[in-house]
Amino acid sequence: MSLAKLNMVQAINLALFEEMEKDPTVLVMGEDVGVDGGVFRVTEGLLSKFGSDRVIDTPLAESGIVGTAIGMAVSGLKPVAEIQFEGFSYMTIDQLAAHASRIRYRSRGTYHCPLVVRAPYGGGVKALEHHSEAVATFYIHIPGLKVVIPSTPYDAKGLLISSIRDPDPVMFFEPKKLYRAFKEEVPEGEYTVPLGVGKKITEGEDLTLIAWGAMVRVCQEAMEQVKDLNVELIDLRTLSPLDDKVIIDSVKKTGRVVIVHEEPRTLGFGAEIIARINEKALLSLEAPVKRVTGFDVPMPLPKLEDYYLPNAAKVADAIKEVAAF
Amino acid sequence: MSVDWLSILDAEGNVDESLEPKLDTETLEKFYRTMVLTRMYDDKALKLQRQGRMLTFGSSLGQEATAVGSAFAMKPDDWFFPAFREHGVQIARGIPLSLLYIYWMGSEDANLKLPPKNFPVAIPVSTQILHAVGAAWAAKIKKQNIASVVYFGDGATSEGDFHEGMNFAGVFKTPTVFICQNNQYAISLPREKQTASKTLAQKALAYGFEGIQIDGNDVLAVYSVTLTALEKARSGGGPTMIECFTYRMGPHTTSDDPTKYRKAAEVEEWKKKDPIKRLRIYLEKKGMWDQSREDAMIKEITDEVEKAVKEAESYKPVVENMFKYVYADKPLHLKEQMDELQGFISKRRGNESG
Repeated sequence: MSLAKLNMVQAINLALFEEMEKDPTVLVMGEDVGVDGGVFRVTEGLLSKFGSDRVIDTPLAESGIVGTAIGMAVSGLKPVAEIQFEGFSYMTIDQLAAHASRIRYRSRGTYHCPLVVRAPYGGGVKALEHHSEAVATFYIHIPGLKVVIPSTPYDAKGLLISSIRDPDPVMFFEPKKLYRAFKEEVPEGEYTVPLGVGKKITEGEDLTLIAWGAMVRVCQEAMEQVKDLNVELIDLRTLSPLDDKVIIDSVKKTGRVVIVHEEPRTLGFGAEIIARINEKALLSLEAPVKRVTGFDVPMPLPKLEDYYLPNAAKVADAIKEVAAF
Repeated sequence: MSVDWLSILDAEGNVDESLEPKLDTETLEKFYRTMVLTRMYDDKALKLQRQGRMLTFGSSLGQEATAVGSAFAMKPDDWFFPAFREHGVQIARGIPLSLLYIYWMGSEDANLKLPPKNFPVAIPVSTQILHAVGAAWAAKIKKQNIASVVYFGDGATSEGDFHEGMNFAGVFKTPTVFICQNNQYAISLPREKQTASKTLAQKALAYGFEGIQIDGNDVLAVYSVTLTALEKARSGGGPTMIECFTYRMGPHTTSDDPTKYRKAAEVEEWKKKDPIKRLRIYLEKKGMWDQSREDAMIKEITDEVEKAVKEAESYKPVVENMFKYVYADKPLHLKEQMDELQGFISKRRGNESG
């Protein structure tokens, strides 16, 4: 197995390429994914390799893309549908909530829906309105749907392969801030990163820091500012289903928690994490859990984006506050 | 802009011999019996609902020809995507009556034994249209010689998913047959307030394929047109939209009172166009049917319906199924939640017996 230094776009492209080569039922569909190779070039090169039956440029209709992909998935294909920007993904919620996520349930296993919906996710790239939103909460709230958000090229490839092979529908969010932010060694050929398993990035005894997607990098920067503390950084990687063991084990050890997410605070996933901690590790807490999140306002245009998003300084402040409590 | 209109068997049972499909006695009797069975299934469901033994129910009274005619044009291997008023299609496609009752009595477990290529009903309006297009598209990609048939009402033609589905079908020439049961009302909203289009079928023209309007109470027309559309679909000719012009004789569901939004005289006019009555006259004229056969059939169907209801009412819900079918593998939080519920149940039972 050879290694190459890849960024996240290249890693996702490689995952698609390899899975399509391995499994003829896998296909890619969406707006501008074929000839154009996707607006972020994630699907570049796939059309010439696999042809227009498997790399499909669709009309401009998000519900149509996901709805027809559901029909394909129940017929034995494994569509990977791309939604061009997460701000346009709201139109997919009806098809995902009413159908993709519950066809196994409604049909009592007669049908299932091995569908992946990919969408760029989150802010930090100075984009237009509706191009920078963190929308995971909407999808996490849909039983039967899985929600995955990688934070590294290696994980992006391994998680996408797992998502494609998963027999249930997966919403796969790609933090666009990280698309080309850095490269790391990504093996060619088959490996998977399991869904529903968080990852401890650093071990620490003083405080548990929980994040996913682009916020993992922000947390790593923040940790540079609080080097006197031993912070245990957890990248959840899969938000639904949440295997909360990695969180609870850590909280029992540290007693102090900071959660970081781009989503607006109210009903952001931090709220659920706090509830789980309350249910399973409340008496281990030495301090109230602190959230560093987006505000409960619409995602602002780039002039105010930096004020809205959590950054290293805000996270470092929160870490110090909770550690000193 | 105009689309063709087709009718073969008129309200008085007169047939247009130039268009009459050549069907043998057995097939015609099967059409007739299935239409009557559908009506009696419906009628029983309404009675059960009034007695509190069924959920809210949408009867298909008056629309039996649309359902049965199109269903018998399909092959078992063709996909069937219903809305929620296609009882006649489900019955014709061999879904046991007892399962249909179990569903409308309130359990998804009815779908445990769903025969292949039959999708569960779709309560959200028009969303299933996209699935039918996707399934047909998949068949085309896999080079399978099958088509998909999707049903929806006049109201659904205002929904976005209808237009997206029609558009995708047109662009990718998917083997899909769109059957619009235009029963003139979407709950209370009359057809002319749903769209300014002169017909619903003409919407297909905008998406680059054929639309045809037919007498939806004429089982021969429905059968013939669906058969042609399916053959066209399977042989690479792309999609067709069939607007079946029919009438919902009953309420939208058991929860509404149609006298609020339509006149009794209108209903009386449509009674004269009854799909079952005209087929019976047709069969009688051909010497295939008489009163004694009718009596024997009604008795047989009555027993069949009663047996199905009995079977459905003896069905016991399985609590575990609430958690079992959410994902292929049950994640930790669902195991915990199932344990929580089962703990509660056994505690309650303990209290009751103690």
